[in-house]
Amino acid sequence: MWLAMAACARAPSTLGSASQPAHQLTVLQWWLIIIALAVVLIIGVLLLIPLRRRIRTVADAPLTSGGTTTPIIIGVVISAAILIFVFIYSAVVLVDDAKPSTVPRLAVKVTGHRWWWEVEYLAADSSNVDQDVMGANEIHIPVGEPVRILGTSADVIHDFWVPQLQGKIDLEPGRTNVFWIRADKPGRYRGQCAEYCGLQHAHMIIWVVAQSRPEFEKWLARERAPAPAPATPLEKEGQQAFLSAPCVLCHTIRGTGAGGVLGPDLTHIGSRLTLGAGTLTNTPGNLAGWIENAQSIKPGVDMPRLDLPPATLHKIIAYLESLN
Amino acid sequence: MATTIVQPGGTPPAITLPVNGRPHHTAGWWGMVLLICTEAALFVFLLFSYFYLDAQNTTWPPPGPPDITLAVINTILLVVSSVPARLGMKSIRRDSRGGLSVCIIVTMLMGIAFLIIEAIEWSQKTFTPQTDAYSSLFFTITGFHYAHVTVGLLMLLVILLRNRAGHFNARRHLAVENTMLYWHFVGVVWLFVFTTFYITPHWWR
Amino acid sequence: MATATIETRLHRLWETPNGLYGFLASTDHKAVGRRYLVTAFVFLAAGGVEAMVMRAQLIKPANHLLSPEAYNQLFTMHGMTMIFWYASPILSGISNYFFPLWIGARDFAFPRLNMFSYWTYLMSGVVLYTGYIAGVAPDRGWFNYTPLAGPLYSPGLNENFYCIALLLLTVSTTVGAINFIVTAFKLRAPGMSVGRMPLALYGTLTASFANVFALPSLSVSLTYLYLEHRFGLHFFDVAAGGRPLLWQHLFWIFAHPWVYIIILPALSFVSMIVPTFSRRPIIGYTWNALGVVATGVLGFGVWVHHMFATGLPPMAMSFFMAGSMAVVLPSAISIFVWLVTIWHGRPVMSTAMLFVFGFIFLFVIGGVDGVFTGSIPADWQVTDTYFVVSHIHYVLIGINVFPILAAFYYWLPKITGRLMSERLGKWNFWVMFIGMNVAFFPMHNLGLLGMPRRIYTYQAGLGWTATNVVVSIGAYVFALGVLLFVLNFFWSLIDGPVAGPNPWDSASLEWATSSPPPPYNFAVIPTVRSRDPLWEERLGLGKRSEVFEGPVISDEEKVTMGTTPLDGMPQQVMRFPEDSVYPFLTALSLAAICYGLILGLWGLALGGAVFAFFFVTGWLWYAPQPVEV
Ligand code: HEA
Ligand code: HEA
Ligand code: HEC
Ligand code: CUA
Ligand SMILES: [Cu+2]
Repeated sequence: MWLAMAACARAPSTLGSASQPAHQLTVLQWWLIIIALAVVLIIGVLLLIPLRRRIRTVADAPLTSGGTTTPIIIGVVISAAILIFVFIYSAVVLVDDAKPSTVPRLAVKVTGHRWWWEVEYLAADSSNVDQDVMGANEIHIPVGEPVRILGTSADVIHDFWVPQLQGKIDLEPGRTNVFWIRADKPGRYRGQCAEYCGLQHAHMIIWVVAQSRPEFEKWLARERAPAPAPATPLEKEGQQAFLSAPCVLCHTIRGTGAGGVLGPDLTHIGSRLTLGAGTLTNTPGNLAGWIENAQSIKPGVDMPRLDLPPATLHKIIAYLESLN
Repeated sequence: MATTIVQPGGTPPAITLPVNGRPHHTAGWWGMVLLICTEAALFVFLLFSYFYLDAQNTTWPPPGPPDITLAVINTILLVVSSVPARLGMKSIRRDSRGGLSVCIIVTMLMGIAFLIIEAIEWSQKTFTPQTDAYSSLFFTITGFHYAHVTVGLLMLLVILLRNRAGHFNARRHLAVENTMLYWHFVGVVWLFVFTTFYITPHWWR
Repeated sequence: MATATIETRLHRLWETPNGLYGFLASTDHKAVGRRYLVTAFVFLAAGGVEAMVMRAQLIKPANHLLSPEAYNQLFTMHGMTMIFWYASPILSGISNYFFPLWIGARDFAFPRLNMFSYWTYLMSGVVLYTGYIAGVAPDRGWFNYTPLAGPLYSPGLNENFYCIALLLLTVSTTVGAINFIVTAFKLRAPGMSVGRMPLALYGTLTASFANVFALPSLSVSLTYLYLEHRFGLHFFDVAAGGRPLLWQHLFWIFAHPWVYIIILPALSFVSMIVPTFSRRPIIGYTWNALGVVATGVLGFGVWVHHMFATGLPPMAMSFFMAGSMAVVLPSAISIFVWLVTIWHGRPVMSTAMLFVFGFIFLFVIGGVDGVFTGSIPADWQVTDTYFVVSHIHYVLIGINVFPILAAFYYWLPKITGRLMSERLGKWNFWVMFIGMNVAFFPMHNLGLLGMPRRIYTYQAGLGWTATNVVVSIGAYVFALGVLLFVLNFFWSLIDGPVAGPNPWDSASLEWATSSPPPPYNFAVIPTVRSRDPLWEERLGLGKRSEVFEGPVISDEEKVTMGTTPLDGMPQQVMRFPEDSVYPFLTALSLAAICYGLILGLWGLALGGAVFAFFFVTGWLWYAPQPVEV
């Protein structure tokens, strides 16, 4: 059966929940699926039974009249009962899902851009933006802890959705939607923008990485640190090349002069899982391909084709790879 | 006039009925009523968006509550203009074409005055339609109403000409009835537009 | 039977001159109906072919058949074409042809308005597709959310085409709706009280009322968006105090009633077909009638269920969740009314009835999907995924396309005078039914597996690939089914058996006249004394309607009987206007206005307006009528 498959498939399945909030939704979904199948089955059977009495042509039987409407009333009453159950159950889940059981110690601000995700780590009370921890297209969270998410958008409406962790929430310009996620098993969870946002809506993917508290702390500390100084001469030249290339107009590398904000922060690009918001896995080859001509990989993306001379490109790759 | 209901084979008439028109409401009248319904809904949604954005914004209206003098004059004009419209109906029911013509002309003059004053008010505004959401709504909604008054005037013009051509009489004046109905409607809608834009800001802010 | 002389005289009186003038000037509701049907079906084919191309793109991951631009235009045009230019007009087609026949009248209350409504519909479609041909078709999805659809993120003419084409369509739909309502309330045959109206009227009437009150919401949002694009006004952008959600509210306040508008008539067509092929009058007539009306009313109170993920306060959303549950009950009523009627009767599995059975099955699946998405937390998972795509196709194809095909197999013989092949019909049904489920059932699964909608491609290794192959195959099978219908139709034209006035031995008035009906529909205006005029004596109902004898209203001028709105008592004689080209010319000038507005050619727009004014004046300019003292 398909739905059973769904549950065990490798997909970012809404039925393969990996957290208590999402699990609630999964259970609700199974209930609704079962109700739905039951209703369809019952009506289907009721529809087929009269076929026993069917006749070939309209001339084959005299007209009849009479009959009673009580079955209609019964049917409606039963339906109403089912619907009331669905309503109450849904309302309960709705309330439960509104607040995490324990107060989140961590808050993350997610800003949607066409077509990538800007990620900022905030102080627990989600007050002052902790400017030092800036990332993109990837959120790391400690396992088993609720994390408050503040979602907004820099341009059009996007939608933050990591099926295994929580339902959807729109990221809307001029408005911050606050909700929370939690992962109960360590691992990587795939999320994808779920509100049509134009050309590359199909390639706006975000990964949530759930790790143990200590690992997470390590990661956060490293993210907070500015970009490591180039070690090898090649990397040094790479840095120079990067800073003198148009890259700086759009990209920030903390600790260097590069302070552009149109594109993702590249301070720790070397350590990221993906490039182009989940379009490519982050390998030197892909990185080269991306920088050489992002347009061919993600048509319409806001990163222009720059036609850097191969030598420069080579250096820049080396440098960016070193940023982890 | 009445028409006889011919029976098959020319048997003597069964019933005789009036051909459409008084005393009963004709299809045309029902049509106008429904048109007015959908037009009313249109203004409901226009004003809905005004109140929606009003509720969503902290400072509303941004330029502060508007000055209402011209708007009040306009309101009076439009409300009063329904009187000659009504009288026009009365006179054609009395089969007086002259009376109808006069009433139509008076109504039209008041309508035109309304348009002129409205235009003056627009020109006096410190903001343009492009300034912000409020200004856009102001000009769009009053503009919508402006267009409706214009249409009303055109309808009045047409029935004026048709009256000259002698199309109407005591029993047959659907076009007049509908036009006047529409004119009353345009007046009533203005009351809502007026209250929304000129009264509520003074009320609660 | 009325004497030949009267019939020939009526014929001379009502027939439309042939030739181009006749074509443009005709106000015969049967001509209007035929044109609506053909045009809408062509749009179905267009939207369908667009879908075929989409399915080719989605058949494998990371496919490069279509550029993102091309795909986005395709799915938007597909959605708009199907929802606006196919689903509703096809119903208007049936209703336009049969409305007067159902109620025993000779034409609509406003025959010219009727033809005008068709011409504007056609023009609006032409406007939309000029955008497509020019490569600037709308590409922001059929509900076109701002700010994505706003001037900042959608420069170019695409959005102008979206706004203006739809605005023109709303004109057509509104006047059509008004015409239906007035006709239903003023022109019913004497004795046809509201309690005796054929059930088909209830669907069309409710839909028409819903149109009258819901369409303005669309017009308003379209006007706002157009003004933003052409004149830089602000309604939806936060910076200037606007709100993106304003668009969503205005659009869905219109669009949820709309989705019922495009099925209620279809439901009530089914309520006409079921009794005929169950060989008995419908059980629960009143329930069914009230249910349809209730759906129309409740339909205005659920729009926020399209906005569950926008972060509105849970309390507010719960009301609309309750609404979405409540709106199920009227549908439940209809379902059970049909079931009970079939149970108590002797079903005849003609092709039409097959499609009805298929429809009920698909309706229930699509419906319970709706309940699923109606539950807020569940919707948080499935909204904007292929689960919703599955829901909309089960409801739209299930409750619109299938009943329409049932209606075609049932009523086309009345229009063409020829029966369609039952054998080919059965093939037609099974191919469509299987294709439908193979194509759209797996989409539920795709949605639950986390596949978002409106993505022009997807990555491999997510467990979506195999399912998408199945879906695409199913889609092509379904299309084949539609093709079979087209074949069957043309076959019937060429050598289908002659139908005769009442091939299915049905009960309602349209079957009392010849197939195809004469230009004047009925020689005598029937007098109705029960719900099933043609079955009365066999049902042993005392009161006898006079269907073939009765008053012939004057055969010297185009008139029909006007009756009282509720109990249908004779009240007045309604005069009909002569044929006229003014409706066509007016529609033409409206089209000119539209192109002017889209391209910013203000001269053209103004000219169009001036012409429109004169044409309308000419249209309404009746010579003084004879008055006797
Ligand atoms: C043909 C038009 C049509 C119809 C009839 C319906 C019918 C219903 N729809 Fe549907 N809907 C659409 C067309 C339609 N819808 C479209 C086009 C969209 C998508 C727009 C877009 O995003 O592109 C949509 C989207 C949509 C959503 C938003 C999904 C999302 O975007 O997240 C929701 C949410 O509540 C919803 C709910 C319902 C409900 C509750 C019904 C109910 O009316 C269904 C009632 C019927 C039944 C339930 C079956 C019969 C009843 C019984 C057999 C009784 C027993 C049953 C039970 C007890 C459950 N619809
Ligand atoms: C009545 C409405 C209707 C109908 C009938 C259909 C029919 C089909 N739809 Fe439709 N669909 C919508 C309404 C409809 N759709 C809407 C509203 C959307 C949302 C759009 C949006 O997101 O904005 C949508 C979106 C949509 C999507 C999602 C796109 C996306 O989100 O990326 C897909 C994907 O598979 C799809 C597929 C199909 C298919 C395969 C069919 C098939 O059933 C089509 C079958 C083929 C035909 C019916 C044509 C057959 C005719 C011929 C082959 C020619 C023969 C005829 C002559 C010669 C005259 N549709
Ligand atoms: C005009 C602005 C612009 C310029 C110039 C630019 N980029 Fe980008 N870059 C972007 C945007 C926008 C993205 C995000 C694209 C997406 O994922 O949708 C991006 C993405 C990237 C990424 C992937 C980041 C991630 O986490 O997905 C890398 C690496 C990158 N750019 C490197 C460079 C380099 C190196 C240069 C200069 C040689 C450069 N960019 C020049 C705008 C720019
Ligand atoms: Cu961002 Cu879709
Ligand atoms: Cu809905």
